Amino acid sequence: MSANTATAPAKALPPRVALRTWVAIALFAGFALVPVLAGLIDDPFLLVTATRIVVFAIAAMALDLILGYGAMVSFGHAAYLGIGAYAVAILSAYGITDLGLHLLAAVMVSAVFAAITGGISLRTRGVYFIMITLAFGQMAYFFFVSLSAFGGDDGMTLGRRSTVFGQPLLEDNLVLFYVALGFLVALYAFSAALVRSRFGRVLTGTRENRIRMQAIGFAPFPYQLTAFVISGCMTSVAGVLLANQSEFVSPAFMNWHRSGELIVMVVLGGIGNLTGAIGGAMIALLLEDWLSLLTRHWRLFFGLFLVLVVLYAPGGVTGLIRRIRGGPP
Amino acid sequence: MTSLFLLQLLNGVQFGVLLFLIAAGLTLVFGIMDFVNLAHGVLYMVGAYLMATFAMITGSFAAGLALALAATLVFGLVLELLVFRKLYDRSHLDQVLATFGLVMIVNEGVRIIWGTSPLTVPMPPLLAGSIPLVGPLQYPVYRLAIIAAGLVTALGLWLVINHTRVGMLLRAGATNRSIVSALGVNVSRLFTLVFAFGAMLAGFAGAIISPILSVDTGMGESVLILAFVVIVIGGIGSIRGAFLGALLVGVVDTLGRSFGPILLRTIMDPSAASQTGRTLAPMVVYILMAAILFARPAGLFGRNTS
Repeated sequence: MSANTATAPAKALPPRVALRTWVAIALFAGFALVPVLAGLIDDPFLLVTATRIVVFAIAAMALDLILGYGAMVSFGHAAYLGIGAYAVAILSAYGITDLGLHLLAAVMVSAVFAAITGGISLRTRGVYFIMITLAFGQMAYFFFVSLSAFGGDDGMTLGRRSTVFGQPLLEDNLVLFYVALGFLVALYAFSAALVRSRFGRVLTGTRENRIRMQAIGFAPFPYQLTAFVISGCMTSVAGVLLANQSEFVSPAFMNWHRSGELIVMVVLGGIGNLTGAIGGAMIALLLEDWLSLLTRHWRLFFGLFLVLVVLYAPGGVTGLIRRIRGGPP
Repeated sequence: MTSLFLLQLLNGVQFGVLLFLIAAGLTLVFGIMDFVNLAHGVLYMVGAYLMATFAMITGSFAAGLALALAATLVFGLVLELLVFRKLYDRSHLDQVLATFGLVMIVNEGVRIIWGTSPLTVPMPPLLAGSIPLVGPLQYPVYRLAIIAAGLVTALGLWLVINHTRVGMLLRAGATNRSIVSALGVNVSRLFTLVFAFGAMLAGFAGAIISPILSVDTGMGESVLILAFVVIVIGGIGSIRGAFLGALLVGVVDTLGRSFGPILLRTIMDPSAASQTGRTLAPMVVYILMAAILFARPAGLFGRNTS
């Protein structure tokens, strides 16, 4: 029995890994060609949309790392987007404009915040975990709302984007897009390696059966906390890029609705395979754009779409593909 | 200073009572059905909007309140039958997602029906004005009425849960759902009942707060998160925990906002103190939650989850 369960996934895994990696590579190649397409149809707005999609794909992928592989449903992940965005805004206000330093500050602050809140949240599980991460996310939100020196509730406009080695390279939307895409590809490679490593296997094992993992001698807590911190840091990278893209930061970046949207992206694509999160970010943002073109009340239809997906298409796009290919849902 | 403290303490209790009305339904649904309902704050908002409409149509506070209560009960029933019923067996993630979608739908629906500008509900003349408490201190009658209404509801809930047959089934269902079902209790009907009743309590909270608060579309969200904090502090499924948690959160939040800056002024200069105080005050509740969870991961009255 135990021998069966141990070998069955190992046999089933290789073709699936190949498919999702190919899909990811195809997605990246598609993204890389977007500027060409934007030039052909002469639509500069396409590039802006694509940049937003790439940035949110990073955040969704980071969330998938803990939600999909660790079964930790964090409802406060927008906080890290906000930390990343405010790292750009606050450092820029003090005259520090270098992208590297912005990233460093964002990652360090996120690591500390994630270590503290994750350490407390991970003492609990299930519904408690969802609610506590939500509460900590709101705590960060209210902190920045009341931070009147940096715009408070209204947020603040950035004078200019981050600089790279003193050069204002990111002012060009095209450069910003490829930088964001570069981060997405690099972080995807990092995450894919991480989940295949021993660390990732312990994480997945804990998701599947916590007690069995403990029985064979692993304490789940340090693994889960490390994953939580890594995920928070990755999300803050997306936050840095988001602030540069919109040239504006506000507490609305870290509202609980934003955290919900991140979860939506991960689930729409299908949890626990990284590629799904990228596809989910694409679907969610394009659907949002398309619906808001059709009607002012697009949220009504987006909400309806969500409810219907949960009720009738569990597993998201990946689940759909798996059902079409005749596998288990 | 003491009179200000007393005043803020009463405000805190009033806020706590309001939170209790919202958290009570939420904690029952969590405890008995193991169900994450993000749409609970929306019910509070719908209660307030319905109150505004019915109070305007009937021209009477009492009639408006009665109609609003009945309407939120029906609204809760419809939601349960259409959506929630299909989600009880699903994972928490699915529940979070579907109810999040529901929040978007109802928020936008409210914007379509009532528009985006905030509504106001007239204060009932009988409860308008203030009464003297101690010395020169005056306190609005209406806020005292809210406190009284909340305490009566809490007492009623305690009686129902501890001394009636339905309450016994609720407690049994929270402990072990499948055994209760196996003993021949129609659990699905019990769920519907609890859900609709919880919806009505949240609607009640929205309706009675509407005369002293402007009714707008964002009102459900801040209380939802605080209601979560209350439940986490009190322990999921525990009405007693929800009551004490709500009072604790209400009082700590209100006192933190008013006395935080004053306390800080004793250790730093006034402008920095008011700035720091304003930044830290909204976080006090969450720090309290973190501290309680650190000591008791299952909350004050929760059963151990691990």
